[in-house]
Formats: sequence, structure tokens, C-alpha cells
Amino acid sequence: MERLRNVLLGASFPLALILLWHMGVVASGTKLVPTPATVAVMMRDFAFGGVYDDAFSGTILTHLFASMQRVYGGFLLAAAIGIPLGLLIGKIALLRALLDPTLSLLRPIPVTAWLPLSMVFFGLGPRSAVFLVFLGAFYPILLNTVFGVRSVDAKLFEAAAMLGCDGSRMFRQVVMPAALPAIFNGLRLGHGFAWILIVVGEMTGVPTGLGSVIMDGRTLSRPDLVITGMVVIGVAGFLCDRLIVWLNNRVLAWSPQHRA
Amino acid sequence: MPDRRPFLHVRDVGKTFTVRNPSGSERVDALHHVDLMIDKGEFVCLIGASGCGKSTLLRIVAGFETPSYGDVRVYDSPITGPGSDRGMVFQDYALFPWMTVRENIAFGPRQKQKSRAEIQKTTDSYVEMVGLAKFADRYPYQLSGGMKQRVAIARVLANEASILLMDEPFGALDALTREQLQDELLEIWARTQVTVIFVTHSVEEATLLADRVVVMTAGPGRIESDNGVTLARPRDVSAPDFNAVRRNLTERLTSHVSRRRLKSAA
Repeated sequence: MERLRNVLLGASFPLALILLWHMGVVASGTKLVPTPATVAVMMRDFAFGGVYDDAFSGTILTHLFASMQRVYGGFLLAAAIGIPLGLLIGKIALLRALLDPTLSLLRPIPVTAWLPLSMVFFGLGPRSAVFLVFLGAFYPILLNTVFGVRSVDAKLFEAAAMLGCDGSRMFRQVVMPAALPAIFNGLRLGHGFAWILIVVGEMTGVPTGLGSVIMDGRTLSRPDLVITGMVVIGVAGFLCDRLIVWLNNRVLAWSPQHRA
Repeated sequence: MPDRRPFLHVRDVGKTFTVRNPSGSERVDALHHVDLMIDKGEFVCLIGASGCGKSTLLRIVAGFETPSYGDVRVYDSPITGPGSDRGMVFQDYALFPWMTVRENIAFGPRQKQKSRAEIQKTTDSYVEMVGLAKFADRYPYQLSGGMKQRVAIARVLANEASILLMDEPFGALDALTREQLQDELLEIWARTQVTVIFVTHSVEEATLLADRVVVMTAGPGRIESDNGVTLARPRDVSAPDFNAVRRNLTERLTSHVSRRRLKSAA
């Protein structure tokens, strides 16, 4: 019952926004912003075709899969490097002293600033997009993992040590599970950034992908196409985030305060 | 022939901490030339006001801290770090939150690479001993404070520790649960012959539990007196002789506090 109420409440606000959008467009008589109905037609065409029958008709899956490949290519690469590196930096003071200043220096540089260099390194194409997504997802994953390792309750180490646990077993049996909530937090943040950065990543002149659809919409002066691309990214990012939350809640069943 | 070497021997142990504050650093004598001998199977309570070094002494015996001078020996071999012969029960439990009751208790046996069947058997028997069979598959967050502390005790015993170190273990529990756990602890102690060193600030708790009550004083932390408690068990907290022991201990605990107060007043 409460669940239903929350769903209704959560849905009512965007519905109200759409209504406001419609009234705004109609009242102002602007030609620059399409009405929600126009966008809905575009979305139908984008998904199934049969309305405009142009280059974008019925191509949603092509673009969605292209984008998802880059989002998850970059995200998984960020996780595959960020988590082990974070565990090591968190545990080994020498490594922390060696790398922390460099990382702190690189971190504030916006991912968009890397765009020109990434095009030099990786050329015009999907590899550049993957690199930018990787950069965006990497820091939250790395930093949260380091934080997770650093903030393990010292008493748990003492408890494990007195029970005969040490060295690499301590790392595997105490440090990793204790850092898991923070690692998941980093993964969720990084995952969000990965979806945010896909548009930037696909500005680099790739022919497919939701970001390139938005860029095309801009050059073709088709705001309905731009908004359609935005909505698809939003919905896909949201659904994938729910998947991460579901996984989080399963793996962290032991920690009610980390349930999202 | 009985073993003549003392079981646990604290030999002239001292611990100095350096405390940094805005006006510079200050050296604090947490423990000052402490000597203590404990027999196998004894139940010893350390009692004293905060800052008397009772928890520091316990942590040194556990091997979590190294003394500034002196050493602690078990059958003549000096303690160099944490070891599975000594198990600590912390006031705030320190259970592994990602493990169930059963997994927490199995942690020690698992480190010893015993066979699966053996680990299971040991774990089951200790789950049973602390009366948590119905809760064996719960996570710590699903347990009450009393249950968590039962798990912590079982975890140490399942590891075959011969010395149980307890740092105000029942301090955070409500009065009824505390009484129940005190009874259970005495039962477990009688059954397992484990040696217990129990830190508390409650004179009544010490009188109820201990064979010996070691009273410690602060500034610098040292042993004020070592008092045998010969009351027959089970002890009755409302009996006149129990009350006499308790009063005597309370006087020892507060004597120099009031003396110092008089001095500073004069």
C-alpha cells in the first residue's frame, strides 16, 4: 500500500512537469521548443519507425546498444582498475604517499577538458568515448574504495588478529568485506557519472550512440530528436541504477544502513 | 609434577603515552611498574576509576599494545602480539557485521584450517552453549546487545583460547540482561576452566564474579591492592557477608580519592 503510494507520488511530479511544459510551449507560441506530444511522436518513430521514415526511424536499439557498450566498457574498466588500486592505496602507506598527490592534482580536471587530448590519443571514434567514460567513473570508484579500506574499525583488525588471522588472509577476510559498502557507494556514483559522460564521449564524432543522436539533433535543428535522446539516456540510466541498487541490497544484506 | 611456573605473569610492566595538546606534548604514565601473577583457571577482576590503566593492562596482555618496559609471560614465554591463546571480549562486541552468528563463531577454527566437519561440530557446540541455536543464521544487526556479547564470548571459546580477556563486557547492557550474562559467564567458566581477566568499574560485579579483585588507582596507573574473595558460590548479592566484601572493596577504591581531595582542600 505504502509502495503504491510512493510510486504514485514519484510519478505525479514528472507528469505535472510535462503538463507545465505543454502549457508553456502553447502559451508562448515558440517554435524552438516542441510540445511533449511532438516528442512522443518522435519517440515512437525512434523506437518503431513508420512516422518520418528517416535515418533515425526504428534505430533506438542500435544507438542504445552502442552507448551501453561504451558506458559499460568505460565503467567496467574503471572498476577493474579503481577497486584493486584503491584497495592497495588504502592499505599501503608507501603507495599512498607516492600516488595521492598526483591523483589529487588530476582529479579536479573536468572530463570535458580531456576531450581534445583524448581525440589525439584515441582518434575520432568509440575508443575515445570509452576513455572519457572511464575517466569520469574512475575517481569516485577509486576514492570510495580507498576511504572504505581506511575506515575499517580498528577493533575488527584486533578481533581478527586474536583469532589467528593475519597477512593476506586479513586482507581477504576482513578488509575487503568491511570496505564493501564504500566500494558499492563508489560503483553507484561512478555508474551515474558514466551515463552522464556518454554524451560528451560521443561528441567525438562517432556515427552511433545516444550522444551522437543528440549531437545530430542539434546540427539538424531537431529539438524533438534532442529531447528524445535525453529521455532515453535518462530512462536507461535510471533502470541500470536500479539494477545496481538491487545488487547492492543483496550483497549488503548484513548492513541495513547501507541499503539503498 | 605440577607446573611450578606461574601461568600468567605480568612482570614490572609500564606504559607511557605521549598526549599532544595545544600547549605541547605531555607524557602520561598509564601504567607504572605493575606486577601481577594469575593462576590457571582463576577469575580475576581489575577494578578502578577511569584512567587507572586497567584497560591498557588488558590490552597489553592481549598483545594489542606493547609495554614501554617489562613484559607479560604465559608459562615463561613472553607475549609478543595477539595470539589465539588469549581472546578479548570487547565492550562494543566487535563482531564481524557481514558474518552470521555461526560464521562469527567459526572464524577462529577456520583460520586454523581445520576440516569442514570439525569446524561445524565446534561451532554448533558453542552456538548451543551460549543458547543461540535459534539465531545461528542471523546477522549481528539483528541481535540484541546481550546476544551479541554471547556471540563474542563463544567466538573466543571456539578458538580454544585459555585466557578470556573481558573489557567491561556488560557495561552497555541493561541491568536484567547483565545479571543473566553474569550467571551464564560463571557457568561457562566453571564448565570450561578458562582463565578470566575481567575489567569492570562496578564493585558489585567484581564481588559477584571474581576469585580475586585487583584494585587499581590512577596517576600513575598502578595496583593499589590485591583482594582474594572467598565467598562461596553461587553468591547472593543480598547476603550480609557479600555486602561486607563489597563495602571493603569500595573503601579501597575510594580511599586515596578522598585522601587526595582532602589534600587539595587543605
